[in-house]
Amino acid sequence: MTLNELKPGERATITGFAAGLAPARLLEMGLLPGTTIKVLRLAPLGDPMDLRVRGYRLSIRKAEAALITIERPAP
Amino acid sequence: MVLAGNPNVGKTTVFNLLTGQNQRIANYPGVTVERKSGRLASHAHVEIIDLPGTYSLAPKSVDERIAFDMLVGRLERAPDVVVCIVDASNLERNLFLATQVMDLGVPVVIALNMIDAAEQAGETIDVAALSEALGVPVVPMVARSGQGLSELRTHILNPPAPPPAWQWPLMPVVEARLPTLEDALDQAAQPVVTGPQRRMEALRALCEDAVLAQWEAQAPGFVEAVGAARQHLESRNVAYRHAEVAGRYQWINPLVHRVKKRHQPTGIASLSDRVDAVATHRVFGPLIFAALLGVVFQAVFAWAVPAMDLIETGVGALGGAVRTLLSPGWAANLLVDGVIVGVGNVVVFLPQILLLFFFLGLMEDTGYMARTAFIMDKIMKRVGLSGRSVLPLLSSFACAIPGIMAARTLESERDRLITIMVAPLMSCSARLPVYTLFIAAFIPAGKLFGVVGYQGLAMFSMYLMGTVMAVVAAWVLKRFVFKRSGGYFVMELPPYRRPRLTQVLRRMMQRSQIFAVRAGKIIFACSVVLWFLSSYPRPSTPGALQAAEGAVIDSTAAAQAADIRSSFIGLMGRALEPVMSPLGFDWKMSAGIVTAFAAREVIISTLGIIYSVGAEADETSLALRDQLKADRYPDGRPVFTPLVALSLLVFFVFALQCMSTLAIARRETGTWRWPAVMWLYMTGLAYVASLAVYQGGRLLGFA
Repeated sequence: MTLNELKPGERATITGFAAGLAPARLLEMGLLPGTTIKVLRLAPLGDPMDLRVRGYRLSIRKAEAALITIERPAP
Repeated sequence: MVLAGNPNVGKTTVFNLLTGQNQRIANYPGVTVERKSGRLASHAHVEIIDLPGTYSLAPKSVDERIAFDMLVGRLERAPDVVVCIVDASNLERNLFLATQVMDLGVPVVIALNMIDAAEQAGETIDVAALSEALGVPVVPMVARSGQGLSELRTHILNPPAPPPAWQWPLMPVVEARLPTLEDALDQAAQPVVTGPQRRMEALRALCEDAVLAQWEAQAPGFVEAVGAARQHLESRNVAYRHAEVAGRYQWINPLVHRVKKRHQPTGIASLSDRVDAVATHRVFGPLIFAALLGVVFQAVFAWAVPAMDLIETGVGALGGAVRTLLSPGWAANLLVDGVIVGVGNVVVFLPQILLLFFFLGLMEDTGYMARTAFIMDKIMKRVGLSGRSVLPLLSSFACAIPGIMAARTLESERDRLITIMVAPLMSCSARLPVYTLFIAAFIPAGKLFGVVGYQGLAMFSMYLMGTVMAVVAAWVLKRFVFKRSGGYFVMELPPYRRPRLTQVLRRMMQRSQIFAVRAGKIIFACSVVLWFLSSYPRPSTPGALQAAEGAVIDSTAAAQAADIRSSFIGLMGRALEPVMSPLGFDWKMSAGIVTAFAAREVIISTLGIIYSVGAEADETSLALRDQLKADRYPDGRPVFTPLVALSLLVFFVFALQCMSTLAIARRETGTWRWPAVMWLYMTGLAYVASLAVYQGGRLLGFA
């Protein structure tokens, strides 16, 4: 699944990037394969997303989140 | 020395600490990035340059390119020491940039700022271990309280040796390819790229198309070698484009875990989270934002009035004083009517602009501005803008100049251009005096349903009209002009922080200064030209007719009115009258509009001169207001009716009448094409809208 499908409060680990090519800015901000992310909330209109990653808060649009493939931790 | 760091890590605070009052803001040559420099307090021989805050040195934005070029000495002499400011409460991502700086072969000192915030979040950082792991001195700091300053100064005055470069692991397959690329680059660009930078440049060209493109003309051999390397790596399915970033984070992540000790958070750790549960809430978030905007506009329009009145009185008094000092003649006229009134017209907006910048600065300093971008992004995206356009567009309510400059923070070129193109539609404070004059004169003072005043409603409609049109124009530009897709929206939501009054005030002053100086110069020049155009050519015997008829009283005013009809301005106005009369404007308004293309508020001085109440006319001038109402065409019809006033107001809402805006748009877009398009579409819009209002109004039976 991809990051945009994650609901507020859920966590996941990045596995890679759809189409294999990630925007450089996402990588530099620390969104790399193996990184865990938590979705804190969505903006009032449902987009963009508010994430916690590497100890700080990052906001990205769902369109970008759709490029990021994730894996939910085993329950 | 040079200060580097991510945005929102207290870079400006450290800069202010180190330099004291000793600061200078200029631009880097050819680009609009601010070059902030100062001298180390009590060591004036040390120059300190504050680089733009960036997340990375891989040059993608202008800011990043400038930061990188400064650090490697391509723009100026390479720095003797770089202080890299790192947010202790966000260590991992901050160290990403720090490791990039450490690879440049220059001495580096790390200022580990906001250790108090990290402490509150339940993290203690082992500074000695961090320093040893990185191989650079690390100074723990709380810049807000000045803690750590003296230690940082010691390191700046005695720079350490450059740290070991390339401590992080690069994928071996990529590593193996680098020497070939380095050789190819070396042959083509030896004098430009040397030493440790050569390896970095080769790697970045491999990973990023934008960097590679820069070498196309200069080093075709190198570009070819990179192409071959990419093909090789792709055939083996290697994610080589992540190589640099992944390698750095791979090294930083365990390092951070080693030096960071977790304990119980002390209090306000999750405060930002809890505030945002309300501030970006589905319902409360937009409501809070709207309420804040309401407060800001209330402040700008109500609280600024006493100060503005005071300035007006002062300008009037100064003009009067100068008149009594100088003997009457053209010199006194030029000085008072041209210079003092002209410049006074700009200075009078300063209270509003200062207040607006104060509130915007407060929103930025607390971290709320990022939330407005977060809340608004979806709406803004739909019309071709981005959440980050909110700040430039809000600034444009004060003045389009700082608004257009603030659009720099937009990473996507498309979003930035659209923001710049629509910013001047937001009603700036220069339109306010025009609105005030005509609304006060022609809109009845009564109240709608006994609650909302007609005049207030009219004023609000002006602002609403401009804003709605900005949204429409953005959508049109997105739909028909910029067909490329917009950029990414990747934005940090920094923790909320208590605002520092001194910092907010300092920024307010710096921004207002940019506005006042730039606008002041243009208005000054225009006022002088305008004065000349309205004073010459003079009839050979001014007022002779009236004098002969014995009408001595008020002869100067009448003579002046006669003069102006035959002056250059009068000629222009009369020449334009046929074009403007479908909008309901006579030659005097046409002349006013022509002069207002220099700057909107000039129309008031022009009408003031024409209606011979003296050039010190201003929007609260009763005389001018009454003169406008009393003016009649030869056939006895009033020149100004409410419908004409409305048509004129609509014209001012849409028309781009501001030289400074065109000049700044030229500088920010790098070409005259965009300012030309901007002028044409806005002025065309103004003409059509006014035409529709006036002719439509007449069809509906209004006078």
